[in-house]
Amino acid sequence: MITLNQIHSKNVSVLLSVIFILFFSLNLSARQSAENTEQKLIDSVQAMVANAVVLPSRPAIVSSLSAKDNPSDKGGAIEIDWKLSPDDKELKSYIISRSESLDGQFSKVGEAVRGHTSYTDNKTTDGVNYYYSIVGLKTYVDANGNDAIVSSLPTATGPIVSSAQWFRSERAWCLFFVLLISGAIMFYINRAKSGADIYIRKIAGIDAVEEAVGRATEMGSKIFFIPGIQDMNDVQTIAGIAILGRVGEIAAQYETWLEVPVSKSLVMVTARETLKEAYTKVGRPDAFNQDQVHYLTDDQFGYAAAIDGMVVREKPATIFYMGALFAESLILAETGNAAGAIQIAGTAMPSQLPFFVASCDYTLLGEELFAASAYLSKEPRQLGSLKGQDFGKLIFMAAIVIGVLIETFTDINVSQYFQVK
Amino acid sequence: MRREIPLLITTIAGLVFAISYFIPHWPFGEAESIFGDWIAIVQAFAIWLGALNLMKVSIEKIYRKKEDAMYASIIIVCLLGTLAVGFYDGFTGGPQSSFRDTGTSFDWLYRFIYTPLTSTMFAMLAFFVASASYRAFRARSFEATLLLIAGFFVMGGRVPLFDLALKPFTDVPYFSEFAGWIMAYPLTAGMTAIMIGIALGIMSSSLRIILGIERSHIGGGA
Repeated sequence: MITLNQIHSKNVSVLLSVIFILFFSLNLSARQSAENTEQKLIDSVQAMVANAVVLPSRPAIVSSLSAKDNPSDKGGAIEIDWKLSPDDKELKSYIISRSESLDGQFSKVGEAVRGHTSYTDNKTTDGVNYYYSIVGLKTYVDANGNDAIVSSLPTATGPIVSSAQWFRSERAWCLFFVLLISGAIMFYINRAKSGADIYIRKIAGIDAVEEAVGRATEMGSKIFFIPGIQDMNDVQTIAGIAILGRVGEIAAQYETWLEVPVSKSLVMVTARETLKEAYTKVGRPDAFNQDQVHYLTDDQFGYAAAIDGMVVREKPATIFYMGALFAESLILAETGNAAGAIQIAGTAMPSQLPFFVASCDYTLLGEELFAASAYLSKEPRQLGSLKGQDFGKLIFMAAIVIGVLIETFTDINVSQYFQVK
Repeated sequence: MRREIPLLITTIAGLVFAISYFIPHWPFGEAESIFGDWIAIVQAFAIWLGALNLMKVSIEKIYRKKEDAMYASIIIVCLLGTLAVGFYDGFTGGPQSSFRDTGTSFDWLYRFIYTPLTSTMFAMLAFFVASASYRAFRARSFEATLLLIAGFFVMGGRVPLFDLALKPFTDVPYFSEFAGWIMAYPLTAGMTAIMIGIALGIMSSSLRIILGIERSHIGGGA
C-alpha cells in the first residue's frame, strides 16, 4: 500500500516533471515565436529596402517673392516677381496662388515654368487687397510607378492692390517725338496757309500718274486700280483711296474707263463715294458708273486669281497698286507686266517693295504712298504737311548720327533709354 | 452735314486712339477694344453688300452676254453652291454641331477644293519670283549691278555648295558669313530707313485726316 508520504513524494516528482516539460516547451515555443517574428520583421524591412523609392526632399523655398501693381496699364493686373529657386533645374514649375487675406484660403491663379521669375495676374479687381504665395513643384515617380509631385514650402507676400494708371511713363519719349513732329507739321501747314512757298522734291512715281492715265486714253484701254487687300481701318487703304480720288479726276477728264476691283465691302462703298466725288468735281458726274467699283472676294489668293484673270482677258493699259498688299503683290505685278501694262505701285509693306520695284515701272516707297495724295492735290496745306514730315526725317537723321557716335565712342547704351514698350 | 458728321466722327475717333496709346486709364484704355468690336460688327454686315454686288455684276455679265460671261456663271454657281452646302450642314447637323466641323460637306469643300486652289495660286509665286529676279538682276545700271552682286552673295551664302567649293582653300565659310553680314547690316539699315519714313508718313497722313485737311476718303476733295 502506498503511504500518503509516498503518494505525496511521487506526485511532487510528477508535478515537477510536468512543470519542467511544460516550461521547457513553452520556453522553446516562445523562443521560436520570437525568432519567427524577428525574421519576419527583418524580411519585411529587407523587402521594403529592396522595393523602396527614395522620397525626394522638398525643393528649396522660393525666395524674394514680391508683388506690385502692373505698371502702365488700365488696371486689373498685378505683377509677381521672385528669385529663381536654388533647385530651379529640378523643378517642373512654380505655382502662384492668391488670397484676399493672409490666413485665408489661397487658390491657384497661375503657373510659370521653371526658369521664369515673374508672372502677371490679369484677373484682379482694382482696390482689393491681395496676398500671393508661391511654391516650386518637383515631380517624381512613386512606388507604384505613378507620377507624383512634391512642393516646396510656400512663401507669401502682400497685401497689394491693383489700379489703373493715367500715363504710360515708358512711352514718354515717344510722346515727346510725336508732339515735336506734329508741331512741325502744324507749323508748316500754317506757313503754307499763309502763302509761303513750299518746295517739295519731285517724286517720279507720282509725276508718272498723269502719263499713265494718258497712255490708257491713247490706247483706248482700261485702267485698273487695286487698293490693296486690307479694310478701311488700315491707313494704307485710306492713302490708296485718297490717290484713287486724284486718279479718278484725271481719268474723268480724259474720259478713260477706270475700274476698281476690291476685296472688302467697306472699301467698295468708300471707293464709290470717292470716285463719284472726283467725277463730279471735274464736271463729269454723268461719266461715273457705280459698277466701276466692284467687289470680288475677301480671300487673298481668290482676289489675286480674279484680278489675274481680268488682266489677261482685258489687257488694261495701266494698273495702279496702291495700298497694303502681301504675297499676292508679285503674282499681280508679274501678270500685269506680262500683259504689257504700265504699272505704278505704292505700298508701305517693306517686304513687298522689292517685288514691286522689280515688276513695276514706278514704285512709291513707303512714305511716298502717304505723300502721293497731297502731292497730286497741290493744295498748300497738304504740301505743308509733307514739309513737316521732312522735318521729322531731319530729326531722326540727327538722332541716328548722335546715337551712333555716342555708342561708338562711349560706354553708354543710349538705345535702352528710347525703347518703347 | 453730309460731310461734317463723318469728319467729326473721324476726328474724335482719331484723337481717342492717339490718346489711348499714352493713357491706359478708362475710358481711353477700352477705346481700342470698343472700336474694334464696332468695326467687326460693321464689317460683318457689310459682307452682304459685297456678296450682293458680286451677284449683280455677274448676272449682268451673263445677261449682256459679255466675253467673260462663262466665268461669271461659274462664280454664281460656286457662290450659291457653297452657301447651300453650308446651310444644309447647319440645319442637319444638330444644335451642338457647326457646319465647319470636320467631316461635314462644307469641310470637304474647304479641304479638297478651296485649299488646293489657294495652294496653287501661292505656288505660282515660285515662277514669278524667277521671272522678276531675271529682270531685276540684268545689270543695266549701276544700281542693278549692285543688286546682282548682293543677290549673288546672298543666294550663294544660303546654299552649302558655295562654301563647299572654298573648302580646299579655307575652312571659313566666307559665303555664309558675307551673306549674313549683308542681311544683318546693309539690309537692316535700308529697311529701318524705310520703316522710319513710313512711320512719319503715317503720322503726317493721320494728322491731315484728323484735322480734316485730307477728305478724299470720305468722298470729298481736299
